[in-house]
Amino acid sequence: MSFPWAEEYKPKHPAMQWVDQRLPLPRLVYNAIGAGYPVPRNLNYFWNFGVLAGAALAIQIVTGIVLAMHYAPNAATAFGSVEHIMRDINAGWLLRYCHATGASMFFIVVYIHIFRGLYYGSYKPPREMVWLLGVVIFLLMMATAFMGYVLPWGQMSFWGAQVITGFFSAIPVVGENIRIWLLGGYAPDQAALNRFFSLHYLLPFVIAGVIILHIWALHIPGSNNPTGVEVKGEQDTVPFHPYYTAKDGVGVGVFLLVFALLVFFAPNYLGHPDNYIEANPLSTPAHIVPEWYFWPFYAILRSFTADFILPAKLWGVLAMFGSILLLFFLPWLDRSPVRSANYRPVYRIFSWVLIVDVLLLGYVGGSEATPAYLLLGQVTAAYYFVHFLIIIPIVSSLERTRPLPNSITEAVLQGKSGARMKETAVDGHVAPAE
Amino acid sequence: MVSLILRYLNYIIGAAFAFVLLLALWGTASELISNPPEETAEEVFHLEPMALHLQSDGPFGTYDLRQVQRGFQVYKEVCSACHSLKQVAFRDLQKIGYSEAQVKAIAADWQIEQPGVNKDTGEAATRPNVPADRFPLPFANDVAARAANNNAIPPDLSLMAKAREGGPAYIHSLLVGYTDPKTYTHDGKALMKEFPDFSVPTGLHFNPYFANLNIAMPPPLTQEGQVQYQDGTRPTINQMAKDVSAFLMWAAEPNLTKRHATGVGVVLFLLIFIGLTFGAYRNVWRGIKH
Amino acid sequence: MASVDETVENPDPLLAKDGDASDVRRRDFLSIAAVSFAGIGAGVVALPLINQMNPSADVLALSTTEVDLSSIEAGQAIKTSFRKQPLFVRNLTPQEIAEAEAVPLSKLRDPETLEQRTKTGHKNWLITLGVCTHLGCVPLGAGEGENRGPFGGYFCPCHGSAYDTAARIRQGPAPRNLFVPEYEFTSDTHVKVG
Repeated sequence: MSFPWAEEYKPKHPAMQWVDQRLPLPRLVYNAIGAGYPVPRNLNYFWNFGVLAGAALAIQIVTGIVLAMHYAPNAATAFGSVEHIMRDINAGWLLRYCHATGASMFFIVVYIHIFRGLYYGSYKPPREMVWLLGVVIFLLMMATAFMGYVLPWGQMSFWGAQVITGFFSAIPVVGENIRIWLLGGYAPDQAALNRFFSLHYLLPFVIAGVIILHIWALHIPGSNNPTGVEVKGEQDTVPFHPYYTAKDGVGVGVFLLVFALLVFFAPNYLGHPDNYIEANPLSTPAHIVPEWYFWPFYAILRSFTADFILPAKLWGVLAMFGSILLLFFLPWLDRSPVRSANYRPVYRIFSWVLIVDVLLLGYVGGSEATPAYLLLGQVTAAYYFVHFLIIIPIVSSLERTRPLPNSITEAVLQGKSGARMKETAVDGHVAPAE
Repeated sequence: MVSLILRYLNYIIGAAFAFVLLLALWGTASELISNPPEETAEEVFHLEPMALHLQSDGPFGTYDLRQVQRGFQVYKEVCSACHSLKQVAFRDLQKIGYSEAQVKAIAADWQIEQPGVNKDTGEAATRPNVPADRFPLPFANDVAARAANNNAIPPDLSLMAKAREGGPAYIHSLLVGYTDPKTYTHDGKALMKEFPDFSVPTGLHFNPYFANLNIAMPPPLTQEGQVQYQDGTRPTINQMAKDVSAFLMWAAEPNLTKRHATGVGVVLFLLIFIGLTFGAYRNVWRGIKH
Repeated sequence: MASVDETVENPDPLLAKDGDASDVRRRDFLSIAAVSFAGIGAGVVALPLINQMNPSADVLALSTTEVDLSSIEAGQAIKTSFRKQPLFVRNLTPQEIAEAEAVPLSKLRDPETLEQRTKTGHKNWLITLGVCTHLGCVPLGAGEGENRGPFGGYFCPCHGSAYDTAARIRQGPAPRNLFVPEYEFTSDTHVKVG
């Protein structure tokens, strides 16, 4: 596909030859995640997280399908059916805790995967399409997770559905009608629960489809790497199998260990106690919060408390959606020809500031809306937008980048793959590798 | 002009969001300064649950079945008059050490019967409980529950230990935490001195472990010996409160012991697996600089 | 595509000399062990995924049914349910008992006597599942006025299986007699099935 030195698929067994001539599916797999895909030799552990995200999706689909065999999407019985799974279904508690914790694991892994892309400039040409499809996957994940959280029909499920569909009522004129259309009523009830269940079952398969496109688009230019310098020849790469399958095996093991520790010893740690109270349309919990992976966005939503031309509510909703949608434009906001932050001293600092900012936003989003937290949220939300829309474009045109190594191999030989290169340092801008 | 705007659109949008946020920040800050929030009695005097140590705590925790059985007795003789346990079935009691015959007897003797239908007339009727039944509701519906309880519905207890911050510790503290607001002090501050206007609304009861300090439930455990334990444990109020917390923890998470045991096996398996894959990874990459 | 740079002159500068044979064996051993471990893990994970489809605890708890016989007169039958399946309870008349006993076992597809299909001392109580052994329809004959078929027992309308007064298959495609579940008399008028 990508590199001329890629190993060609040559099935030895006549049966595999027979299949390959008629349906080259084994060839496709071989070229995608087998020995037929040459990968830069200097990838660090951050590059494990794509495979881990795939593993997390697989866990969610498998546990989700079996849970759907027992769950009843009916407002009167949904809560009881989840408890039935927890108490009476064989291994039901295990399956449900895996599914609930698996959602959190999926988001942890994907957030690290996204940060990897930001730090090493994986969104830059020629990989824009990989990035765009990734943002689409992220949006689909958020929708799926939100609808899945509604299904147990606890207090947080119900009020989460109420609040999130309330976003749409911020749209002028037609907003309220859209909200009623989404819910199939004036408040979350049977109609909303049933359609959320249907979509919650459908969307993961859509995600799987977009992931195939994501990987397809990745295989055209091949993987980025910590230096951000493009592959120049065979010596820069190793075949995906066995080199990265072995490395991903370690990654999957560590991922499963963290997952198991949560499932077996702290299954409710990432959840909220109120969701063990059955939904009650007449009583709102004292402190509504979404699941932890939405906290930064929730903080952005809540930070807009002042009307200015538009009402505060609309600003909040626009900003919350905008905070994700702006990621679509990142490849064009950041014009720096150098990819990896390792060679971009200023960008590197700002990307760590962004991490701290998003963590603070998350902390604020998970806390009660007291004035002190509100102030912190307003500052950090402002930084978020300024970072992407103002700082990144300015930095990318003014920054003096460090000299790039001539090739991945050279960087590896210097013993500092991805780190700055002292010996070959030349002042001034360095053209991108390709 | 249009192309100029488009070219700098990101700066315009970024500045707009930042400006509105600064405006909001200004509003929040000036409100905070001009109108500092007053501390409420709840903020000052609400207490976090006291520490409670149960055998089910920690990664290797298991249920102390004798304690859970005592707690069941407290539920049966005290709580069940008002609080349902609708997710739990009588047959589940076999998991806390009752025999099949004992469970059958407990179900058959249960004060409230299962709703059913009169076979001959088709009218609503009741029948005795059998082990397959879930615990029957003490009130037929929410309206009846409200009417009998001063307009407050006693919540279902099946998941209480997971549905409150602090879990069993919260339940224990709440049960023993009733006190007189007039003499109540915390951190050297007296409630009536800090908030002279504080009063407990009629029908409510003062309890600093409850979020807004006033709870509708009257103190359920009022004297030692309210429940007579078979195993010789002295039924102090504190003991009964602990035992019923342990029982409710079991009711909320009946598979905890199995979960912990499975978890230990899975973690050990994964540690070996990680060791093997790491060894395989090092060997595959042997001699290749990266 | 990529411009070839200097390092190509030595195409493999980064590869150390291959290890000796014992290293190769160790490498193979570790990879095989890791993959086998993953296989074992996947196998163990499959167990709960399969087991979750088995009857749950609440379904198993409902596996006994008590039947009150006092209101069933001779010649009558009632339909009740056992494990969500229809259960026929029939009070045979002396004439029906005689008919059942008159049939020689050699003429039966699934040879069983009425004694074997009832409890000692309660020969008139014929308790069977109302599930045709052909493909699972509910045979007629337990309800008042229903067609009892050519042998006076039960008749399955789906594919024409006819059962006699001991609910034994006599004609049609069904391979076996109607199934007699485990049950016991708890008193003269009460039966516990299951």
